[in-house]
Amino acid sequence: MLTNPSFGLLFWQLAIFVILLLLLRALAWKPILAGLREREESIEGALRQADQAKLEMQALKAGNEKLLAEARQERDRILKEASAMSNQLIETAKQKATDEGARLIMQAREAIQNEKQAALAEVKNTAAQLSIDIAERILRRELTDSAAQKQLVTDYLQEVKLN
Amino acid sequence: MKRFLALVFWILTLPVFAQEHPTEVSTTADTQVEATEEGKFNAGEMILHHIGDSHEWHFATLGETHWTLPLPIIAYRPGKGLSVFSSSRFGHDFKESYDGLKLEHEHLVTEDGSTVYDFSITKNVASLLISVVLLLVVFTSVASGYKKNHGKAPKGLQSFFEPIILFVRDEVAKKAIGPKYHKYLPYLLTIFFFIWFNNLLGLLPGAANLTGNIAVTFLFAFITLLITTFSGNKHYWKHIFWTPGVPLPLRIIMLPVEVIGIFTKPFSLMVRLFANITAGHIIILSFISLIFIFNSVAVSPLSLAFGLFISCLELLVAILQAYIFTLLTAMYIGGAVEEHDDHDYGIGGDDADAPAHVHAH
Repeated sequence: MLTNPSFGLLFWQLAIFVILLLLLRALAWKPILAGLREREESIEGALRQADQAKLEMQALKAGNEKLLAEARQERDRILKEASAMSNQLIETAKQKATDEGARLIMQAREAIQNEKQAALAEVKNTAAQLSIDIAERILRRELTDSAAQKQLVTDYLQEVKLN
Repeated sequence: MKRFLALVFWILTLPVFAQEHPTEVSTTADTQVEATEEGKFNAGEMILHHIGDSHEWHFATLGETHWTLPLPIIAYRPGKGLSVFSSSRFGHDFKESYDGLKLEHEHLVTEDGSTVYDFSITKNVASLLISVVLLLVVFTSVASGYKKNHGKAPKGLQSFFEPIILFVRDEVAKKAIGPKYHKYLPYLLTIFFFIWFNNLLGLLPGAANLTGNIAVTFLFAFITLLITTFSGNKHYWKHIFWTPGVPLPLRIIMLPVEVIGIFTKPFSLMVRLFANITAGHIIILSFISLIFIFNSVAVSPLSLAFGLFISCLELLVAILQAYIFTLLTAMYIGGAVEEHDDHDYGIGGDDADAPAHVHAH
């Protein structure tokens, strides 16, 4: 009895089940599965976007860091160049100053030498002139009085001041 | 919805075990049980009556009053045409005949012995209709949740059924069938929830034993057979009629085995569900019958404890059998639509060289 399917139940079961299947497929499973798929897709999309944003952020950060590093390098380079240049400037200035100084000293020495020579020459000339003058006067007085001559010489000598 | 459910529960929780023949002397005072003509309680008959189909819905018998719902009889007789009338026309115990028809042990027969086709709305058909209404109400409301809570988290019924639907989709359909699962998902979901709901409805006292009826399980198995047969690809049929990678004589032996296999798979589906659900009902009824077999109230605590235990077990079996039926259906469909890349599973052709290879060493 139990293992004997009844014809009526088979008929109703088939008819009702097929209708149920069609109704549920149209009214329930389609919207439910579509809703689930849509939600899954939106979640997946959101996750993917988040990942992308993360990557972009990383790229941006890396770019910034690179820029920063470059700027730092640039700064270092400029500083180095500037210090090198200033050093060089100082060096050249020093050199120039030294050279100028040496040249000035040389000029001064030369001038001094020249002055000295000139002065000596003048002294010699003056001395010669004096000697000649004295000699002339002595010669002129000798003729008259020797005492007076002597007096004369001393007078002249007093007169003459060796500049 | 809630009021409807409450009504159903109220009706179905009325005492189950009612008397078939009220003329017999009852063994206990308030709960009357079935009895044979000799006035003795016959557990087998009572159980078979309860798990079988009926032309009326019997809720309870209190004293001499029968709480039954007569169901429509729809009979078709070739030549005489359709006749539709209430089963109450057959009288209380279905002893009377009406319009040349009578019921013999729930079988509709004609008095003159000519053929009659019984399309009656029996207890099982009525129960089937109730479950269909329930399924439609539940799942259309779940579906409306996806429109109402669009872009939001699921709510209420929707959040209860969503994981189950996802489970059927991801763990059953996707895994067993593969990339072509979309086409079969509505069928799988429908049988899963149909079997589950009807298993649960069948556990209610006084309810019909729909999923434990062989006609119902036969039909599911038959639909599954149709689906596998019509969606089977050439690999499936090749594997059945000319199993690749098997030596020729074996192929000839394999052929009938494989052909029988086409039918044994759905047959096993049919028997498994039928037997599991019917067995569950029989066990519960048997434990309760113990009270009447021993004719003592003292047995009732034991019966109650065991009955309760089995009932809880049956709650699990209800979803388990729905899952197994759906999973196996999905696997059979999967086997039919699967694309095989490995034509001979590493047996036969390839292995034929292996012994020679071994000898060479």
